[in-house]
Amino acid sequence: MSQYAALLLAIPLIAAFAMPLFGLIGKKIRNSWAILTMLATVAAALILVWEVLTQGTIIYAFGAVDPSLTIPFDSGGVPIRILFVIDAMSAFMILTAAIMMFAATLYSISSESEQTGQDGYYALLFLLMAGIFGMVSTGDLFNFFVFLEINSLAGAALAAYRIKGGVAVEGGLKYAFISTVSGLFFLIAVGMLYGQYNSLNIAYIASVIDFTGLSLVAVVLMIVSLAMKSGSVPMHFWTPDTYSSAPSSITALLIVSSMASLYAIFRIAFSLFGLTMNVVTVGWVIIILGILSMFIGVSMALPQKDVKRLMAYHSVSQIGYMLVGLGVGLAVLGDQQMLAQFGVVAMEGGIFHIINYALYKGLLFLIAGAVIYRCGTANLNELGGLGHSMKWTMGFFIIAALAIAGIPPFNGFASKLMIYESVFVFNPFIAVIAMVVSIMTLASFVKVFHSMFMGPKLPQYETVKEVPMPMLIGMGLLAVLIILFGLFPDLVVNTLVEPAALALIDRSGYITSVMGGI
Amino acid sequence: MIEQIPYLAVILIAGIGIATILLKKNLIKMIMGLAIIEGAANLFLVTLGYREGGIAPIFTSAPGKEMVLPTVQAMTLTNIVIGFATTALLLAFAIMIYRKYGSVETNNIRRLRE
Repeated sequence: MSQYAALLLAIPLIAAFAMPLFGLIGKKIRNSWAILTMLATVAAALILVWEVLTQGTIIYAFGAVDPSLTIPFDSGGVPIRILFVIDAMSAFMILTAAIMMFAATLYSISSESEQTGQDGYYALLFLLMAGIFGMVSTGDLFNFFVFLEINSLAGAALAAYRIKGGVAVEGGLKYAFISTVSGLFFLIAVGMLYGQYNSLNIAYIASVIDFTGLSLVAVVLMIVSLAMKSGSVPMHFWTPDTYSSAPSSITALLIVSSMASLYAIFRIAFSLFGLTMNVVTVGWVIIILGILSMFIGVSMALPQKDVKRLMAYHSVSQIGYMLVGLGVGLAVLGDQQMLAQFGVVAMEGGIFHIINYALYKGLLFLIAGAVIYRCGTANLNELGGLGHSMKWTMGFFIIAALAIAGIPPFNGFASKLMIYESVFVFNPFIAVIAMVVSIMTLASFVKVFHSMFMGPKLPQYETVKEVPMPMLIGMGLLAVLIILFGLFPDLVVNTLVEPAALALIDRSGYITSVMGGI
Repeated sequence: MIEQIPYLAVILIAGIGIATILLKKNLIKMIMGLAIIEGAANLFLVTLGYREGGIAPIFTSAPGKEMVLPTVQAMTLTNIVIGFATTALLLAFAIMIYRKYGSVETNNIRRLRE
């Protein structure tokens, strides 16, 4: 059976703790080690995704004689070890995380090259990635909590890494606070489920679940805590502060970690509880959270002057699209006809939007980082005329801005169209709001484009030149993927997104893959 | 009724922690509130695994009596370690903020919004 599931965690963890040792030898060695680790992790991730897509769900039981042996003979039919359950949805998230890891690490090699304390920076970066990979692959609730905490600690430390006169610490502190509170509430909810079903394994609990009042409390606690961590309204107040004060490459990875929390909401809603709970109510709660996030995020973004703060508010707004898409899928889960008619398409749109959002939002933050790297300011009123000197960066910005506004032929259009079409059948009002938000997004990015790149060359930026090669490669990869995903959406939807949506819907398949035909 | 008392204590302690975080303006006190919620989570987990008259769950030459549940105890230990790391990180942030801003009152920590 596949060993890559274990390698996916082992490589970044070992590399992270070995990083300070390599840092002692020299700068070049340390940078090579960072790139080598990144390539090895991405390779393991890609092979794992390929195996899942060709062979179906992969199970990895840690510490078992045979990794596929989920239920030992003497355990009485209960899975007791920590299991990794990697189905098509997890594989999709692993692919997203691997692409962003590639771009962000390569970008960091240049953008951080003048900074101190890089050993700790790369060590924390790989810990953050290990946390994300663990969160999306684990099949065990407590194990998920542990990876959530690894991810939160590394993320908070990285967000505060460049102190910047205290403002970065302020952002990091907010992130650490919110993630710890959400982690503790999640743990209490896990305890409630353990008290009732005597197991921590998601598939086992799903197979014996009997929805009681206590389970309802657990669902509410889990969804609230994970929504808090993913930065949707009304718990979004930390996102602008943390995203704008963290280093840009880290912001791109914090976005992936918020996607991992979003994944967990849907894994818990679809695979753990599924139809045992009242899916219509929970679905509508998620849809309303999504609409509020979309609208409040974009309207807060319009008056912002700091470019990264503006982008951070847009990320609140974009999370709304995914919540709406998957929320509609959840609300009609009980009705086969409606599910086939538009529910599956809405879910596919929401899932497709996860990878698209990670790509263009990551690219936008990397561009903001490139501008700050060369000009030293993020204030839109001070910037201007950069189109003369940073031509590549401007090109990437145009691609990313059109993608986030949902203009064809870029990837944002492909997934937003799927959401509009299907949600319109469900409730036309929601689709109209989604389109209005899209137009406001475009307006806001036209403003950013105009004040950053247009106009005459400013005297204070006379010496500004294009950013170094590794940063361009990191951004270029994301830009190329945005265009490819926009030109061939059918290919991506058929190979990656549709299996992921079906894997979420197929709750009994998830249970069977662990419990083995019981 | 006597079995329910630990659960009531959990709710009470968690409430005190949440109230501390929401009402206090001092960062150190807010971090203390977080640590109190963590204590509530730990108490909750240990209580879940307790069995009346149970013995320690060590199977070697155990008398065939009822045992307390070991999994929740392992979870509690893990959570204590994680809580230690989080509290240390948060206090380090508080020290850094005090050095840069000269205060740990949240009213004064607003440089990011200006």
